[in-house]
Amino acid sequence: MSATAAVKPALSNALAMGSAAVFAALGVFLAINGVDPVMNLHGALLALASVLALIYIFTHQTDERSGYLDGPIRVATLAAVFWGVIGFAAGDFIAWQLAFPALNFDLPWTTFGRLRPLHTSAVIFAFGGNVLLATSFYVVQRTSRARMPGRWSPWFVIWGYQLFIVLAATSYVLGATQGKEYAEPEWHVDLFLTIVWVTYLLVFLGTLWKREEPHIYVANWFYLAFIVTVAMLHLVNGLSVPVSFLGTQSYPVMAGVQAAMTQWWYGHNAVGFFLTAGFLGIMYYFVPKRVERPVYSYRLSIVHFWSLIFLYIWAGPHHLHYTALPDWAQTLGMTFSIMLWMPSWGGMINGLMTLSGAWDRLRTDPVVRLLVVSVAFYGMSTFEGPLMSIKAVNSLSHYTDWTVGHVHSGALGWVGMVSFGAIYCLVPWLWKREGLYSIKLVEWHFWLSTIGIVLYITSMWVAGITQGLMWRAYDNLGFLKYSFIETVEALHWPYIIRAVGGLLFVIGGFVMAYNVWRTVRGDQPVDLKDQPRVAAAPELRGGVVAVPAE
Amino acid sequence: MNHGIFEKNSLILLIGILIVVSIGGIVQIAPLFMLSSTIEKVEGMRPYSPLEQAGRDIYVREGCYNCHSQMIRSLRDEVERYGHYSLAAESMYDHPFQWSSKRTGPDLARIGGKYSDAWHTEHMRQPTSVVSASIMPAYPHLEKTPLDYSNIQDKLKTLQFIGVPYTDEMIAKAAADIEAQIAPDTPAAKELLARYPKAQVRKFDGQSPGEGVKPTELDALIAYLQMLGTLVDFTKFDASGPNLR
Repeated sequence: MSATAAVKPALSNALAMGSAAVFAALGVFLAINGVDPVMNLHGALLALASVLALIYIFTHQTDERSGYLDGPIRVATLAAVFWGVIGFAAGDFIAWQLAFPALNFDLPWTTFGRLRPLHTSAVIFAFGGNVLLATSFYVVQRTSRARMPGRWSPWFVIWGYQLFIVLAATSYVLGATQGKEYAEPEWHVDLFLTIVWVTYLLVFLGTLWKREEPHIYVANWFYLAFIVTVAMLHLVNGLSVPVSFLGTQSYPVMAGVQAAMTQWWYGHNAVGFFLTAGFLGIMYYFVPKRVERPVYSYRLSIVHFWSLIFLYIWAGPHHLHYTALPDWAQTLGMTFSIMLWMPSWGGMINGLMTLSGAWDRLRTDPVVRLLVVSVAFYGMSTFEGPLMSIKAVNSLSHYTDWTVGHVHSGALGWVGMVSFGAIYCLVPWLWKREGLYSIKLVEWHFWLSTIGIVLYITSMWVAGITQGLMWRAYDNLGFLKYSFIETVEALHWPYIIRAVGGLLFVIGGFVMAYNVWRTVRGDQPVDLKDQPRVAAAPELRGGVVAVPAE
Repeated sequence: MNHGIFEKNSLILLIGILIVVSIGGIVQIAPLFMLSSTIEKVEGMRPYSPLEQAGRDIYVREGCYNCHSQMIRSLRDEVERYGHYSLAAESMYDHPFQWSSKRTGPDLARIGGKYSDAWHTEHMRQPTSVVSASIMPAYPHLEKTPLDYSNIQDKLKTLQFIGVPYTDEMIAKAAADIEAQIAPDTPAAKELLARYPKAQVRKFDGQSPGEGVKPTELDALIAYLQMLGTLVDFTKFDASGPNLR
């Protein structure tokens, strides 16, 4: 080994250990000097994580492997399964709370108000985020034929992100929140996430810079748009001033109507970029890979990409119809939301038509079915969304469970199922297995999820439209016909049906966790003959295997 | 145009993305800081009293926004159910805003004065005791937890820093004002009322007031709820403008 080759790992080890030491010191400082218990706890957690990282780096200084860097991807994949099950279960628990409020237990930490952000963050950021981290790192390396840069940075992204999740989750339960939907983490957690996210962007870009392929593959356009736009949204919407630099509480810089507009610019594009653009990246890699067909239309993917990211940003005001937001902004939001239907369906068509000549896979491979049905749910949600953004429709649907149902047809149907499909692809590929432990269990997972989602969204349509109509019902003397509580009572059974649907989805999550665990453990697949060749790791399929250029 | 430029240069792709995703936000957000309809001041609006702000912080802490909106839309049934539609000015001092997106429970933008303190106290202790079909969680611990207002000055200072027009006097008297708002008919309460017109002064949680009695978290929360939507006098309000000050 030449001298410079030896200096580089030594330098990156030293830098990593130095950073870990700084974080550890900061953690200890906050654990001792923090002015509220949440800050003390977070300081301790930061210190603990940093010390563990420091020890690990110190004991693993010489381990320099070549090939793709898949370790962080494995961690993120398992983390996605782990947080997914927790997030789904938390969601189903709060669904039961709405049907049976005694489940709030009269304790501050277990009320719906504190657990609902726990659920939304766990599924969006913990489950969805880890799926995005895992797949984007996998896809960008393969499609660039390059190993991720940095010895420790990719690891910091993955483990730093897990720490962010733990910090956010503990905040909510203990009552530290900024009080803005999907942006609840307090200022110090936001700052930590910013550091992780910028590192993520640099690792992703760095891999593109090292690429040996002339073109950047379409999936990576979507991942890149997701990463930079989420950074922009997070930084602007998160602007806040802490009451004390040693405490968790802060006040957001913006108030009232400006804050509302910014929040829904953020909130709707958390959907548009976190839950759509990023997952479209998954679609553009995993659907063609799994069905072994090229993407249907290259031209359509270009139009899809630019029109989607341009239009999405404008859609936020449809969350604020008939409010104190000026009419022109509401109308802009509605107009762009309706226009957004077109690129959404263009993308859906591009995904679905990729199966041209391989439609039989839909019948024979449940992983393909998960991927394809997810795209179908994407099409359904992106039709329902523009419909609900029309002011007249929104006057009925807003503030009701129709919105909740809409979100879940996208979240469970699209994001959930495309993630499950990607995880079932990734696990045998990453752990170098012949296939999944059981494809039959994937079949079970598919049906449990599908039936669960159908129960969920139909019951929420009933609940939302019922309540919306009751709110505006008049009796023949011209008085409002129903008191508010009567409209709540009417939702009892829809709430129970929704919770049952959610339960099926949770059970599906456990089935996946079991299947993944058996596959990772290396157990002999029980139904290998039923699995397509592509289920096996590339190394085990025979033929040419892509390797990163050195 | 040849799309290859974007596909072969990650930085050009990155810059292209940044430009394309910035436009919508700039057009929709920036004007809201300048337009008269979104920055108008309406007579009656004032910063929250320290006790009200402390109550608001509890409202945020408990995640009330997950089920309650504070934004009455300009629709006939909403105006009849909840009162005058919400004005932009009515949430101008709300850091964070709490318009919310879901009404599992009713809108609270004008909940102030609709129910008695005793009702709120019972309701927080056990919601079903006053609304038998309620699905709201109970918050029995609020009345047992003393309000921690040791950092109320820092809170007001922070809010002043980001634009809430607290005066230095308001900040200096913040802690005293918290105690004054639960001590009716005292000179301190009179001072508070001069600083925060229309503030309601009483022991909100049903306990008897008296010297040295400290506020509970429930006092703060009810003080906040009871003032929501009460600052603007809509018998004198004219949407066409003369109410602007």
